[in-house]
Amino acid sequence: MIQLEISDKHQETYNNARMLAEHMMRPYSRKYDKAEHQYPKEMEEVAKLMAGSRNTSSKGKKPESASAAVKNSNNMGAVIGMQALAWGDLGLFMAFPGSGLGNAAINSVGTPEQRKKYANAYAAMCITEPGTGSDSANISTTAVREGDQWVINGEKIYVSDGERCDTLVVWATLDKSLGKAAIKSFIVEKGTPGCEVTRLEHKMGIRASDTAAISFNDCRVPLSNILGSPEIATDEEGRKKAFGGVMQTFDNTRPAVAAMAVGIARAALDMAREILAEEDIQLNFEKKPSNTSAIEAELYRMESEWEGARLLTLKAAWMADNGQANSKEASMCKAKAGRMGNYVTLRCVELCQSLGYSEAHLLEKFARDSKIVDIFEGTQQIQQLIVARQVLGKSSSELK
Amino acid sequence: MNTQTDERLFDLTRDDDQRMNQATMQRFAANEIRVVAKDADEAGVTPKGFYSKTAELGLTLLPIPEALGGAGMARSPVSNALNAEDLAWGDMALSLGALTPQAFVNTLLDQGSDAQRERFLPRFCEGTFVSATTALMEPRATFDPMEPQCTSNAIDGCYRLNGSKCMVPLGESAELKMVIAQLDEEGPAAFIIEGTPDGMTVKREEHMGLRTLELATLTFDNVQLPAEALLGGRSFDLQRFVNLSRIGLCALAVGCCQGVLDYVTKYVNERVAFGEPISNRQAVAFMVADMATELEAMRLMTWRAASRAEQGLDFHEQAYLAKVACAEHAMKIGTDGVQLLGGHGFCREHPVESWYRNLRAIAIMDGVASV
Repeated sequence: MIQLEISDKHQETYNNARMLAEHMMRPYSRKYDKAEHQYPKEMEEVAKLMAGSRNTSSKGKKPESASAAVKNSNNMGAVIGMQALAWGDLGLFMAFPGSGLGNAAINSVGTPEQRKKYANAYAAMCITEPGTGSDSANISTTAVREGDQWVINGEKIYVSDGERCDTLVVWATLDKSLGKAAIKSFIVEKGTPGCEVTRLEHKMGIRASDTAAISFNDCRVPLSNILGSPEIATDEEGRKKAFGGVMQTFDNTRPAVAAMAVGIARAALDMAREILAEEDIQLNFEKKPSNTSAIEAELYRMESEWEGARLLTLKAAWMADNGQANSKEASMCKAKAGRMGNYVTLRCVELCQSLGYSEAHLLEKFARDSKIVDIFEGTQQIQQLIVARQVLGKSSSELK
Repeated sequence: MNTQTDERLFDLTRDDDQRMNQATMQRFAANEIRVVAKDADEAGVTPKGFYSKTAELGLTLLPIPEALGGAGMARSPVSNALNAEDLAWGDMALSLGALTPQAFVNTLLDQGSDAQRERFLPRFCEGTFVSATTALMEPRATFDPMEPQCTSNAIDGCYRLNGSKCMVPLGESAELKMVIAQLDEEGPAAFIIEGTPDGMTVKREEHMGLRTLELATLTFDNVQLPAEALLGGRSFDLQRFVNLSRIGLCALAVGCCQGVLDYVTKYVNERVAFGEPISNRQAVAFMVADMATELEAMRLMTWRAASRAEQGLDFHEQAYLAKVACAEHAMKIGTDGVQLLGGHGFCREHPVESWYRNLRAIAIMDGVASV
């Protein structure tokens, strides 16, 4: 049955996370924006409370999925909770200890042994290199088998949580001449000789989140630390499948990143509307936008864009919850939410003029933080490329 | 009752009836609407017998109570929106014409009195097309649906109507018209007008699009209406009517835009320039990607508003925001559709130029296609 309200359980998830965001994140937003790279220890408590609420809610009522045909479960819960936390502060949310993108990779492609061993790891993801960004099939970091070990060499950048994590998932090629089929990922525990954090980036926004450069010099890990098969597929089909498997993680993470954009845009809209209400500008959703003031019309437009992005994000997560392939929808929501989040936060600064631009409020911070959401986990343009290929039925060699 | 199935869940799955309906509507849109749309648009006339065929879809009959000869299904804004979406894929103007009597019926069911339902609804159950319409718009640049300037005054138990309405679908042929006007100092009211009473004139309008819709201006010069013409015998919930109409308009926009997307997808894959299909170029492909993305957002927003209306939840903001989204993005999709076909899109050999002209109306129209 077509019904687009979220379930009561998920509404509760949102309300709880939003409460934490308001009372335990917002008060520290400015502090850690100023103190870049300082560990936000206050977030440990928030992360613990979030994990706690996840456990009790899953222990409580049986998931609706038990008998009903339609499921509203983990993927939806994640994007809904994340909206609320990103409303609190995107940088601080990303600095939550205990979970990084590497965990998602281990959980989605790891063996049962690997999943068990690294169940409590704080794992970051190392993909980008100084010379390789969106074209992740082009990485140069190498992994060479020597006896019962893999020897990893190369340099990785833009590793979120790279310093604070205890485990890394590293993309490396077994043989660059064999193309993307030879790209594998490896679990590297921090402290392994040859693995070193060389630098932390100074960024425009999400300053509470640490972004590291990490070098690997003859870094040796056990053979069993490879994620997936060590074989390099030889036929076209196998090659596609091998890399497709690594890329599939993104179908799950993109709606989550879209949710960040939805959350931060909501934060900006709430704050801008609050500031403008003090100057008697309020929305009643009655007059046509063209018959209202320019500022009201723009607020209506932003509310509308926000709602569109939010629903696309829910749809992608809903499809994942119901076992439907959602690669196109995951990219659609990331594309729409990414550009919406950036547009809305920047416009809110503009509409509030000096109050928006000033550090006296957080609007200017939202506008700085939001930019990265249209970039990481696949830029706007990469999402457009994926959506276009799916809509047009094109391969990556036809539509480059 | 199983409490698990009672729990409200986010769900985008059509139910069995809606799926069956979809197949019927899509077939009708392809076989009966799309094929006649071009000639009809050029002639500015709905093909003979077209509306009779649409009557076979039973659109007006379904929600009318059995006692009055209908099928007695609950009026479903969601199903109505889905039908509008699927039909408009064929052609928005012809579909809006086909749905206009349903908008009249829906509004009568929603806000009419029992006596009015008994009097007017049975004729919609006979399987023939009954031309009936709703009239809200007025001819000025700053018109706002919530502030009609058409007036009505209660005099000796009757009403006197003055002012004019424009962009009234089926304006010339409608035997029943629901006209919205301010009632003295009481606020908005709606009147059911049968035929053409003294003092009322109808003038056909010509517009850049929606050319088969028979849009007309209705002018009222001291038109006397009996007491029972007042819808529901009381003031009219204009906001609710406008909101329900917005859902219908948005659904029509979604359907038309789906038509644009399907058409250009095929075209850019086949059209060769510089030695390869133009869809191999990002500049072209990204436009298609954005079309698909924005269209899906429009659809979800429309469905959400419809679903809230159906559940009896407040849907005022959702309908408003869906209209804001469709007003902007439907036109963008329309203009990009022409752009992607280049000069071919500008010529009438392809339908995209007519969709462009029709889609311009989405931001402008209000008070039609109520679900």
